[in-house]
Amino acid sequence: MKRLEAVNDFVVKFANVNGSGSASANELFAKSILRMGVPVSPRNIFPSNIQGLPTWYEVRVSERGWLGRRGGIDMMVAMNPQTWDQDVAEIEPGGYLFYDSTRPMPASAFRNDIAVIGMPVTAICNATYDDSRQRQLFKNIMVLGALSVLLDVDASVIESLFGEQYRGKERLLESNVRALHAGCSFARDHLKPPQAPEVGLRVKAADKVGDRIFIEGNAATALGCVYGGATVCAWYPITPSSSVAEAFDKYCRKFRVDADTGEHKFAIVQAEDEIASIGIITGAGWNGARAFTCTSGPGISLMTEFIGLAYFAEIPLTIVDVQRGGPSTGMPTRTQQADLLASAYASHGDTKHVLLLPQDPAECFEHAAAALDLADRLQTPVFVMSDLDIGMNQRLCAPLAWDDARRYDRGKVMSAAELEAGKDFGRYKDVDGDGIPWRTLPGTHPSLGAYFTRGTTRDAYARYSESGKDYTYNVERLLRKFETAAALVPQPILRAASRKTRLGTIYFGSTSPAMDEALEALAAADIHLDALRLRAFPFPDAVRDFIDAHDQVFVVEQNRDAQMRTLLVNELDVDPAKLTRVLHFDGTPITARFIAGAITKHVHALAVEPRRERIA
Amino acid sequence: MTYIARPKLHHPTLVRNKVGYTRRDYEGKISTLCAGCGHDSISAAIVQACWELDIEPHRVAKLSGIGCSSKTPDYFLGASHGFNTVHGRMPSVLTGANLANRDLLYLGVSGDGDSASIGLGQFAHAMRRGVRMVYIVENNGVYGLTKGQFSATADRGSKSKKGVVNADSPVDLIGMALQLGATYVARGFSGDKTQLVPLIEGAIGHGGAAFIDVISPCVAFNNHAGSTRSYDYVREHNDAVSRIDFIDLADEIKAEPSAGEVISLPQPDGTRMRLRKLHADYDPTDRIGAMNHVQAYQAQGEILTGLLYVDPEATDLHHGLNTVARPLNALTEADLCPGAAALTKLNGSLR
Repeated sequence: MKRLEAVNDFVVKFANVNGSGSASANELFAKSILRMGVPVSPRNIFPSNIQGLPTWYEVRVSERGWLGRRGGIDMMVAMNPQTWDQDVAEIEPGGYLFYDSTRPMPASAFRNDIAVIGMPVTAICNATYDDSRQRQLFKNIMVLGALSVLLDVDASVIESLFGEQYRGKERLLESNVRALHAGCSFARDHLKPPQAPEVGLRVKAADKVGDRIFIEGNAATALGCVYGGATVCAWYPITPSSSVAEAFDKYCRKFRVDADTGEHKFAIVQAEDEIASIGIITGAGWNGARAFTCTSGPGISLMTEFIGLAYFAEIPLTIVDVQRGGPSTGMPTRTQQADLLASAYASHGDTKHVLLLPQDPAECFEHAAAALDLADRLQTPVFVMSDLDIGMNQRLCAPLAWDDARRYDRGKVMSAAELEAGKDFGRYKDVDGDGIPWRTLPGTHPSLGAYFTRGTTRDAYARYSESGKDYTYNVERLLRKFETAAALVPQPILRAASRKTRLGTIYFGSTSPAMDEALEALAAADIHLDALRLRAFPFPDAVRDFIDAHDQVFVVEQNRDAQMRTLLVNELDVDPAKLTRVLHFDGTPITARFIAGAITKHVHALAVEPRRERIA
Repeated sequence: MTYIARPKLHHPTLVRNKVGYTRRDYEGKISTLCAGCGHDSISAAIVQACWELDIEPHRVAKLSGIGCSSKTPDYFLGASHGFNTVHGRMPSVLTGANLANRDLLYLGVSGDGDSASIGLGQFAHAMRRGVRMVYIVENNGVYGLTKGQFSATADRGSKSKKGVVNADSPVDLIGMALQLGATYVARGFSGDKTQLVPLIEGAIGHGGAAFIDVISPCVAFNNHAGSTRSYDYVREHNDAVSRIDFIDLADEIKAEPSAGEVISLPQPDGTRMRLRKLHADYDPTDRIGAMNHVQAYQAQGEILTGLLYVDPEATDLHHGLNTVARPLNALTEADLCPGAAALTKLNGSLR
């Protein structure tokens, strides 16, 4: 059997039990490699459960900087007997199995094409600690120590991470370091050849991380809302979005408390449900405060009535949708990009909404702040379409950036002085030709500018009307406003192939890191694609131009029904036959292997006459 | 529907209040409700209360849900911003509006269909959060706009115009408001304006969630024999617990205290509210007593009107959230954005 050998390019997966304290040890493992200058991308794979069910933590180590999920496991750290069979089966041939050998396993439980390293962790911990909680927690740290020896991770880096984590808590620091050292010395004494097989996976210090930061998308979204000036947040807990509101609370308490009075420059309400959440931000947006809610697919379903009201009554609000697997309760702890259609056309009647599509935490930050500006500018709901893969995993990304010269775009709000000067105020009148009317805020002027906001039809001066002419004027103006939006939203990013090609691919959101890697793999196999990363809906002209410029465009997305492709066909009237579906929707993050494999298959099929594999 | 504007001419002899407005300045468009609708009397009571309290019309925000009652904000306070939201969801929209600008007066107008059926959840949570507002339910026990179906406040055994007998128990909004922590709970009758205006005035001056259930007979669908929301039925079964005078602090010196029968409650807006108790043993500051009292009368089939409960020291949602005194919608980049330097520092902690 040939053992896998790799330096700074492998995948380690930890199989744990939910609630056993493994999460922080796992994170330390990932972060210590990062501190050695080697990019990592960890992913939590967890159940909808508090304690007792299986949970995994998959760490991809990649000096090349590939941050997408790779697929396949080179080393499994199997700490959960419940999932033993499935965990062992997942290891690549020639890979490694690290397990707790306190209880002997029958030979049939192993494979003969993998190398096995057993460490009696439970026995060691039971001998070292009396307290049952310590036995459990330090088990994870001892494993960490052992792995650092096996994989050449610098234990002093882990120690310095402990130092940061337990600053001021000397006793905790000391006991953790002791457990780490115990793990290290056991591995040096017992888990090296000839007692155990040589592990061919190595971490070697590099300088490939640069100034990048390591942050969860949801935390970055929350920071974007803080920087973007959101003052009202109303939300209802739902995985995977709850940590957006929790992080907003945390950062507001850090940055938004009046130093003199201790009073808060923010208001966060955990509402009774998603309907009340969006109702609260609708009221706040109507009254001139920047407001957002965060939710996931089931919340979007509940919010659709209000989304229609906010669209039609033209109220600024921001909705962060951290997408998970649907439909219905679906896969609450798995990732998908399956709320696109439900969000783009949310609510009854003719509606269209602005969607922003962040690729990583850095863009979660940017898009959250941009959404607050766009909502005010366009006076409409704006969605930030994140997903679980971005939102709930720490991801290496560009440092967050803010220009102090930047001013919030409050949009067209008519002031008391403007009203006083006799400026004509027609709440739903298009005076600037961009479809965006002017609004006034309650309380502005004693006698001018008051109007009645409603979800029923009205004329340009907000007076109730059931006239077809008034209705048509209004909804056509809303379409014009949507066209205006296309020029204001984050524009798509083109990544041209190294040579001229008639093939293209369109992708967005969390597919991005896997696509970067897939494009390189495809190019190496002489398949060259121009790639366009969408960053928003409505589609700017560049999207149509891109499709027009290619014979075949692969639309890569993480849902069953090719929802983005539907939007492209529907909104741009392009020939559906030009757009080939590449769909990944099993709830795991999409991989470069999948993308490259699917596109290769299509390209080979396309090479056969007739060129078109099938129509639509 | 509402497209008729009232003439703007003011008679020179119309009395102006302290902020310079006549009563006409508090009116809205001409009502499109049925002639004799109790809701129009409530609108008139709101107009009178705001005029008497010298509230500038544009400092009021009117919010409503859907239904006959929810159309009424268009028929009063024409110089105020109004928001006719979606069915049963006025409380959440009002909550958000209040969070955005704590300096305005928030007037929520709803109906029994809007608040007791689809909106029961939002009604409950706005009360328990203590959103500072005047929440008026114009309660007629019937769905008017959709032509006479029972609402959730209709009494068991009451008869619809079509002769259907209601078999379901009624939702008691007063009882719920008391239980959920509303700090001002009153019931009025649209046909008794002398009682209703001071009740509204007391609610406007209140520092927390004020709820007024106003029995408002529907002349079109719920004013027949067999209905328990008809004018005749309410007049026969109404038992007022108190008559309230709302007196400005400036006038108070002139007001003669009538010992024994009057209690005087300080209000957060600096005024005092005087309650004339018809029942010598009724104490409107006792929540549990109020619950018992309401239930006891209800068991006798009688409607208790008046100020049923008030917590004179009530606080609101902003107090609970510890928000700054300045309205959140007036905060600027300097207040809200931590700036590039803070972000650089934060980036440093994320490596």
